[in-house]
Amino acid sequence: MLRRLLLLRETILIGAILLLLALIATRFPGFIAPRNLAGVFNDTAPLIILALGQMVVILTRCIDLSVAANLALCGMVAAMLNVAMPGLPIPVIIALVIALGAVLGAINGLLVWKLAIPPIVVTLGTMTIFRGIIFLISDGKWVNAHEMGAAFTGFPRAEVLGLSVLSWIALLAVAVFAIMMSRTPLGRSIFAVGGNPHAAVYTGINVGRVQFLAFVLSGALAGLTGYLWVARYAVAYVDIAGGFELEVVAACVIGGISIAGGVGSVGGAVLGAVFLGVVKNALPVINVSPFWQLAISGSAILIAVAFNARAGRTKGRIILKSAEATP
Amino acid sequence: MSVLKKVIASAAVATALLSGPALAQDNTRIALVVKALGIGFFEAAAKGAEEAAAELGGVEIIYTGPTDTTAEGQIEVINALIAQQVDAIAISANDTDALVPTLKKAMDRGITVISWDSGVAPEGRQLHLNPSSNALIGNMIIKLAADHLPDGGEVAVLSATTTATNQNIWIEEMTKVMGDYPGIDVVSTVYGDDLADKSYREAQGLMQAHPELDAIIAPTSVGIVAAAQAVVDAGKVGEVNVTGLGLPSEMAGAIESGASQSFAIWNPIDLGYSATVLAYQLAKGGAVAEPGAEIPMGRMGSLTLDDNNEGAMADPFVYDASNIDAFKSIF
Repeated sequence: MLRRLLLLRETILIGAILLLLALIATRFPGFIAPRNLAGVFNDTAPLIILALGQMVVILTRCIDLSVAANLALCGMVAAMLNVAMPGLPIPVIIALVIALGAVLGAINGLLVWKLAIPPIVVTLGTMTIFRGIIFLISDGKWVNAHEMGAAFTGFPRAEVLGLSVLSWIALLAVAVFAIMMSRTPLGRSIFAVGGNPHAAVYTGINVGRVQFLAFVLSGALAGLTGYLWVARYAVAYVDIAGGFELEVVAACVIGGISIAGGVGSVGGAVLGAVFLGVVKNALPVINVSPFWQLAISGSAILIAVAFNARAGRTKGRIILKSAEATP
Repeated sequence: MSVLKKVIASAAVATALLSGPALAQDNTRIALVVKALGIGFFEAAAKGAEEAAAELGGVEIIYTGPTDTTAEGQIEVINALIAQQVDAIAISANDTDALVPTLKKAMDRGITVISWDSGVAPEGRQLHLNPSSNALIGNMIIKLAADHLPDGGEVAVLSATTTATNQNIWIEEMTKVMGDYPGIDVVSTVYGDDLADKSYREAQGLMQAHPELDAIIAPTSVGIVAAAQAVVDAGKVGEVNVTGLGLPSEMAGAIESGASQSFAIWNPIDLGYSATVLAYQLAKGGAVAEPGAEIPMGRMGSLTLDDNNEGAMADPFVYDASNIDAFKSIF
C-alpha cells in the first residue's frame, strides 16, 4: 500500500515534469534537445546532491539551513588550497572538503543531539558563523578563475560517456543514497526516527545519534558540492550560493518529503530537484519577464506542495511500517 | 601644458607669499584618507596621489586611514590630521553623514576638505569627485560592445537585480545613447541577481534564445565573471564577447581565455591623482569650489561642478589584454 502511494507521488512529479517540458517545447523547441537536457541535468546536479542530504535531515524531523553556507565555506577552502598548493591532486582536495563538510555537519549534529537545541536555531546560527568564517579566511577577497589550476576547474566539466563528471557524481550519490535508505540499518532507522521517535527508542534506536549522523551526511555532501560549485563557476567568494538552502528545502518539499519527518523517498527528492532545475533553466529561454519569474517559481512550489498535502491527507501517518520490514 | 604651467606658477607665487612668515611650512601637506588601509584599490589611488605630488612639486602626501572600514576609525584619523594642521584632506568616506561634524571642524581650522570615490554630505566638504557619471558609464558599456562590432550586431544586457538602482540607471543612460550606435540591437535584458549560478544560467539562456548573439553587456562584477565562464563552457569564445563593468583581478581569467575582449571600471590611480590635484588647487591654487566652477586637474582635464558641488572625473577606464597584467594585482 505504502509503496503504491510513493509510486503515485513520484508518478505525479514525473508527469508534471514531462508536462512542463512539453509546454516549454512549444515556446522554445531547442530546450528538449538531448544535448540541452543533459545541460539542464548538469546544472541541477548540485541541487540534487544537496537535496539528498537535506532529505535525510528532514526525514529525522530536523532541518539543515546551513547547507549553502557549508558549501560556500568548503568551496572557499578548496579554492584557497588550490591556490596555495597548485600541485595538490584533485582527489585529495575532494577528500578534504568532504571531511571538512562532515565536520561542519557534525557540529550541527552535536548541538542538536547533546544540547537538544532546535535544529532550525542551530543551523540558522551555524549558517551565519560559516559565512563569517569564509570572510575571515578569505579577507573578503575573491578567488578568481585565473588563479585556479586548469585541473581544478576542469574536473567537473570533463565528459565521460556524454555526461559531465559533475552529472555522474550526482547519479552516483543518488545510487548510494537509494541503497542506503532502503537496504541499510541506518537508512531504516532514519525513517523510524522521523516516523515516531518514541517508538524508535523502544526498538533500540538512539534518536539523537541518528539525527547526528543525518547532519554529518548532509554536511559531507555540502562539502563535496562546495568544491564542485566553485570549480564549475570558477569563482569563490563569501556570498556564493547565497539563499541556496531554501531552494534545497523547496526541492525536498516538492519531492514529497514531509517537513514533519518520516515520510519521503530518494526518488522524490531527486524529482523535486529536477523539477526546480527545469523551471530555473527554462525561464531564461522562454522569454518570460524577469518580474514574473519569481512569482512563477513560487507558484510552482505552492502547487506541488498542495498536491502533496492532498496525497498525505488520504493515507494518514504511517509509523514504522517500512521499518518493520527489515529484520 | 599651459594649465600645468599655471599650476606651477600659482604654486610658486603661493610659496613665495608664505615663505615670509616664520611659521611657514616647506611643503603643502595633503592627506589622502581612505576607507581602510590595505585595500588594493586605495593603495593604487595613493600611487596616483604620489604621481600628482611629484608633478606639482612641494607637496607631501599623507596616505592614511583606519584599519577597518568604520566611520569611527576615520573620525580618529581626521582628528589627528587636524592636530597636525595639514593643508588639505581628501577623503573616501565610510559614512555620508557621520563624518560631517569632524570635517566641518577641519574646515573651520582652514583645512581644505574634499571627498572622492565615496562621498560626504555637501555640508561636510567643499567638493566631491565622482569617479565617473551615470551618463558616461551608460555610454561606455554600449561603446565597449559596439567597438568590437563594426558591422553592428545583437547584444544583450545581464544586470544584477531588477531593483538595483545603479544598474537600472546605467541601462537607462545606455538606452538614451543607442542612437549613436547604429546597427547595434539590444535584444534582451535579463537579471542574474548578482548570484554566480543564476547569472551563469541567464547567460546560457541568452545564448540559446539568441543564437546570433554577439555580445553580453554585464554592468555588474558578479554577472560579468559568470557570463564569461558561461561563454567559455558553451564553446562560444570569439563569437560572444562579454563586456561591461568588472574588476581587473576578477576578470583576468576572462581576458586570458578571450571570452572578454575588454571591460571597464574606474582607474584608481587616476582617481587618487585627480583628488590630490583638486585638493591642491583648492588649498593653494586659488580655485574656489562653487556650482558651475571648472577646476583643472592636471592630465585628467578639468572638473565641472554641479549644484551639489559634485563632479565626474572621466569615462570609466578600459582594460584589455594590453594592460590587464599591470592591474590584476592592484584591485
